Amino acid sequence: MIRRSPADFIRLLIPALSLAVLLAAVFWLQPRAMSYVGINLLFNLAVPIALATVAQMFIMAVNDLDLSMGTFVSFVACVTATFLRDAPLVGVVILAGSVLVYAALGVVIHLRNLPSIVVTLGMSFVWAGLAVLLLPAPGGQAPDWVRALMTMKPPLVPIAIVAAVVIAVVAHVIVMRLSLGVLIRGVGGNERSVERAGWSIVAARAAAYGLAGLFAVLAGIALVGLTTSADANIALRYTLLSIAGVILGGGEFIGGRISPVGAVIGALTLTLAGSFLSFLRISPDWQIGAQGAILILVLALRLVFNRVEKRGHGR
Amino acid sequence: MKIRKLLLASVAIACAAMPVSALADTSGKKIALSNNYAGNSWRQAMLESWEKVTGEAVKAGVVAAADAFTTAENQATEQAAQIQNMILQGYDAIVINAASPTALNGAIKEACDAGITVVSFDGIATEPCAWRIAVDFKEMGRSQIEFLSGKLADGGNLLEIRGLAGVFVDDEISGGIHAGVEQFPQFKVAGSVHGDWAQDVAQKAVAGILPSLPEIVGVVTQGGDGYGAAQAIAAVGRPMPVIVMGNREDELKWWKEQKDANGYETMSVSIAPGVSTLAFWVAQQILDGKDVKKDLVVPFLRIDQDNLEANLETTPAGGVANVEYSQDDALQVIEAAN
Repeated sequence: MIRRSPADFIRLLIPALSLAVLLAAVFWLQPRAMSYVGINLLFNLAVPIALATVAQMFIMAVNDLDLSMGTFVSFVACVTATFLRDAPLVGVVILAGSVLVYAALGVVIHLRNLPSIVVTLGMSFVWAGLAVLLLPAPGGQAPDWVRALMTMKPPLVPIAIVAAVVIAVVAHVIVMRLSLGVLIRGVGGNERSVERAGWSIVAARAAAYGLAGLFAVLAGIALVGLTTSADANIALRYTLLSIAGVILGGGEFIGGRISPVGAVIGALTLTLAGSFLSFLRISPDWQIGAQGAILILVLALRLVFNRVEKRGHGR
Repeated sequence: MKIRKLLLASVAIACAAMPVSALADTSGKKIALSNNYAGNSWRQAMLESWEKVTGEAVKAGVVAAADAFTTAENQATEQAAQIQNMILQGYDAIVINAASPTALNGAIKEACDAGITVVSFDGIATEPCAWRIAVDFKEMGRSQIEFLSGKLADGGNLLEIRGLAGVFVDDEISGGIHAGVEQFPQFKVAGSVHGDWAQDVAQKAVAGILPSLPEIVGVVTQGGDGYGAAQAIAAVGRPMPVIVMGNREDELKWWKEQKDANGYETMSVSIAPGVSTLAFWVAQQILDGKDVKKDLVVPFLRIDQDNLEANLETTPAGGVANVEYSQDDALQVIEAAN
């Protein structure tokens, strides 16, 4: 196994450090959180966000951006709370179909050379419309197995942490260990050279979008497992949260530079930042700004590290 | 040693001598308000009422704390996280105005499992372990038609102004209005528009539909839209129908002007933002060990011709007519449900 380059290490170090600092601050503010139940309460809503962040990461790996993430997760949540419970087979077919739609989007975006932002923005209205059609009024109910899965109480470590680790490991294996992952990152890095090497770019993009769809479906199912029922607007915030999570976790908008473990950590950090500000009793008028300030702080830190690193290379 | 004994004895006497007060039991309890939105006059008034009433309650030692939290964004996922944070902060009761009737159920269940009393109001939550203080929106719609039937014996065409499409409250009030029309068949809803509970939207919508309408004798509304409707109707010089108002200050002011000028008669009905304080007292009563039904109904606030001036006086400019509830009011509501 090749030793990971120091750049990759630093890329992961900063998000991990910010998470640790925030966690320490939260524990200091609210010692009650330092328990099995407490940690689960802090992080369980981060699980669907982490899944959505990993989904967004696959899209960002091929230099695209998905602006329909929030509405798509909401749509999946609605399917989960209705069909997946009452008619599991139909539910599975719908969800599988929506993953295929995602893959098809990748193909269309590539073949027609369309900007992904425009296509996914358009799709966001489609997903939102379908969600409202499914659940015109909030309701539905989580399938029992989903609810059981999300409220599981494994010994020693809360389910939220177990889930986060599993998501990180699976995403890491796909992106860093499988040749498909290397190919996807290659498309983001240098499309033409990958093409000249004889790979199909269309297939790679389709795979990236398909994987994104798959993880987004999991995000929707996990979310309903936590909330017990759905709402057509339940996950609208996930679009921006997922993008912020990827960036916070050391990913970049272009160049296929992504970090799956970092993305999961980024999602956890974002969730924790909200709790931290709430424990501080910061007025809601300032909270969004404060959340942004935390984001900028972490990114600034990364920029500084990148500078230092580059200077080191120059010598 | 002697002093300690003396102290102990005096404490014992104090305990024995203390009147059997229901309040004493909750003096150590902490109640939190979880609110999802603060961006309109109604919600602002709601938060102000909460602060005023609970501030006094905390000062009087009824409860230890009553903190209000509003989420930065009006999103169910964020409010769910907020509720989970409140569990960690060790509150004994959480009073919720919910962003979604269902999407918070998981978090509310967590709170119940942690032994926390959860009371939802206005935006209620369907989770069975929570208490609900709901407004009978259907009756609010129906009562408008009943009022009109007393005013306009011959009946006639009505214009209905609805709220925000797809929202539970809009469906309920509109359902009540249509039930009322069935009950008093001399009325007919000739047209309906969505005013989004906002004067400017209502004004535009009414101006748009007016040319296509026959003569209308009444306008049934959902609150926040009466003034806009009046402006639109006045602009085309039609005879002014009876417009049911929604307790907003601009609506009451317009009504007062018309009343003084030509004896205009109508009524005004809406839910008082002070319902948050009712929820607070209900939560306090539950913490106190009182047996309370899970579903309570809050009376709505109705203003009539004779108490218009009094209500207009107490309504802040740009605000909503309000009542704050006391512990006795809460007890009455609880009794009524039993």
